[in-house]
Amino acid sequence: MSDIDFDEGDDDFLYDESGEDYLDESGEDYLDELDFTEIIQEKQERKKYEVEYKVYSIEEIEDFQNKEIEHVANIIGCFKEHAATLLRHFKWNKERLIELYMDRTEEVTKEAGVIVDAQKLPKLIKVEDFCCDICCDSGDDIESLALSCGHRFCKDCYSQYLTQKIKVEGECRNIQCPSDACNIIVDENTIKMLVSEDTYHRYTSLLIRTYVDDNIFLHWCPAPNCEYAVECKIHDSDLQRLVPTVKCKCGHQFCFGCGLPDHQPCICSLVAKWLNKCRDDSETANWISVNTKECPKCKASIEKNGGCNHMTCKKCKNEFCWVCMGPWSEHGNQWYTCNRFEEKTSVDARDSQSRSRAKLERYLHYYNRYANHEQSAKLDTELYEKTERKMERMQKSSELSWIEVQFLKEAVETVVQCRNTLKWTYSFAFYLQKDNQTTLFEDNQRDLEMAVEQLSELLEEEIKPNRIAELKQRVVDKSIYVKHRREILLEDTAQGLKESRWVFIDP
Amino acid sequence: MSKIFTKRLMKELLDLKHNPPAGVVLEDVNDLKCWKINIIGAKDTLYDGEIFTLQFTFSNNYPIDSPEVVFINHIPVHPHFYSNGHICLSILYDHWSPALTVSSVCLSIISMLSSCTKKVHPIDNDRYVMMAKANPKLTTWEFSDDTV
Repeated sequence: MSDIDFDEGDDDFLYDESGEDYLDESGEDYLDELDFTEIIQEKQERKKYEVEYKVYSIEEIEDFQNKEIEHVANIIGCFKEHAATLLRHFKWNKERLIELYMDRTEEVTKEAGVIVDAQKLPKLIKVEDFCCDICCDSGDDIESLALSCGHRFCKDCYSQYLTQKIKVEGECRNIQCPSDACNIIVDENTIKMLVSEDTYHRYTSLLIRTYVDDNIFLHWCPAPNCEYAVECKIHDSDLQRLVPTVKCKCGHQFCFGCGLPDHQPCICSLVAKWLNKCRDDSETANWISVNTKECPKCKASIEKNGGCNHMTCKKCKNEFCWVCMGPWSEHGNQWYTCNRFEEKTSVDARDSQSRSRAKLERYLHYYNRYANHEQSAKLDTELYEKTERKMERMQKSSELSWIEVQFLKEAVETVVQCRNTLKWTYSFAFYLQKDNQTTLFEDNQRDLEMAVEQLSELLEEEIKPNRIAELKQRVVDKSIYVKHRREILLEDTAQGLKESRWVFIDP
Repeated sequence: MSKIFTKRLMKELLDLKHNPPAGVVLEDVNDLKCWKINIIGAKDTLYDGEIFTLQFTFSNNYPIDSPEVVFINHIPVHPHFYSNGHICLSILYDHWSPALTVSSVCLSIISMLSSCTKKVHPIDNDRYVMMAKANPKLTTWEFSDDTV
């Protein structure tokens, strides 16, 4: 008993401290066993803008689950099947499960749909005078099965019921006894016994899926057909302070916080805001800026498509003069000509107009640069594909080895990565309040941008076989410099986020 | 049509013919896949003596799948029955169990009628009726009120 008490206290402490699901002794052992050296290395080399994470394959997750199930089954002394149901009910929060289970066993098991006292696991037997409530077949010779709740149904109905739940409804951890209002969960072993291999396979993959979905520190890699899951101990509240970029084993680089492709150094909330704004605004805003004025009262955009200068806003019925933007009432009898350009009311009206136009201009400034880098990254990749073919031809005609013509590939990767970073610096800058800190940021941004453009230019240079060594040297040097500039920018931004140095505005 | 479907429905039909629960009367079972059943409002309730017709449509997968149940013709005014005949009752959708039967569904609906204290339409009746598909099983139901 004292043993259990100790465990409970220990787990509790760990849970409160970190809010993590499985950073207990066995879990840690498991992680360490896998690749101890890699973690140490990561810790030493990790930059300020990088986060610690691990990529798991489905087999590793399964393995891990089995260990957790076994551990819980040992502690509370029950069948593994029941421990699994309990763990799934508690979304794999082992500490909470054990704590609550010790305190209020009955309540917990009832809620989770488990009867732990049961001595035997469900199995198919023949019962005398049995009648199945589902198909109404009766007789002594029918194989039937009941969970620990005692509701007995025939084998055929049971397997049809389970198959429907798994295949059609996509259920896995919540498949209950077929009886009305009985919440006992059908365990994995019973399912394996009753359904086809194909259905059982579907069931286990659904279980894995929900396991990852339930765990806030685990996300599937969003790349198409990728089956790895990434673990990163980041809470939602941390996302204001850092950008958790992770790289899956499949090569896809994405943000653990929002699942979008890498958007360093811009934090998730700004990214979402920005993308939303761009979706609504960009092109339309451009057109509006060029072709319309705003009603001085309600700010509705108005396009003048003919007629006189006496405007009546369709929306708020405000009457004003198109030329000076002042109220029409002050124009008296001077219909259709306006010489009131300097009157105070019209100056005010124009001021507010130009303020809102300035806002638009500001947005477009950042948007155009953002869009430009996105576009350029695409062009760079295209250019590379063309160059690569050329290089291959050259390799055949000259004495260069394959490895020697690879430098362009790396350089293009650097350019594309930096353009992606630059792209997001513009979205980040759009939301930054202008102060001394921002100037520093903008300097870093400018330096990176210049370096990237220079490297990009180098890549466009014509490749002559006799000067290839020289070009290679220049490209490699520049790439190193560009990478360095990117690191400086990201490190400083990350540091600023950590220190809450950046002040964000809502323009 | 599966064996289990026919066998089970035949048995339910016999049961309903020979020992129908109070207030449940078979109306038309010419087609085994589509039954019409009358239910009668219980004594001393708001629906005392009123007769309503329920239509049960069974898929080949019955009783693993729930039957599609709607009121036809005269539809009771009730906070959980929409004026297009759709019924907001959890056991017809998410909480269906293959161990439930036609007669247990009828009894549930009669008890919904009996416990009603005010004849009103559901709050969102107009909006729902306008948007709903013909088959109520295609609606995503939320079951908020378990008093009536």
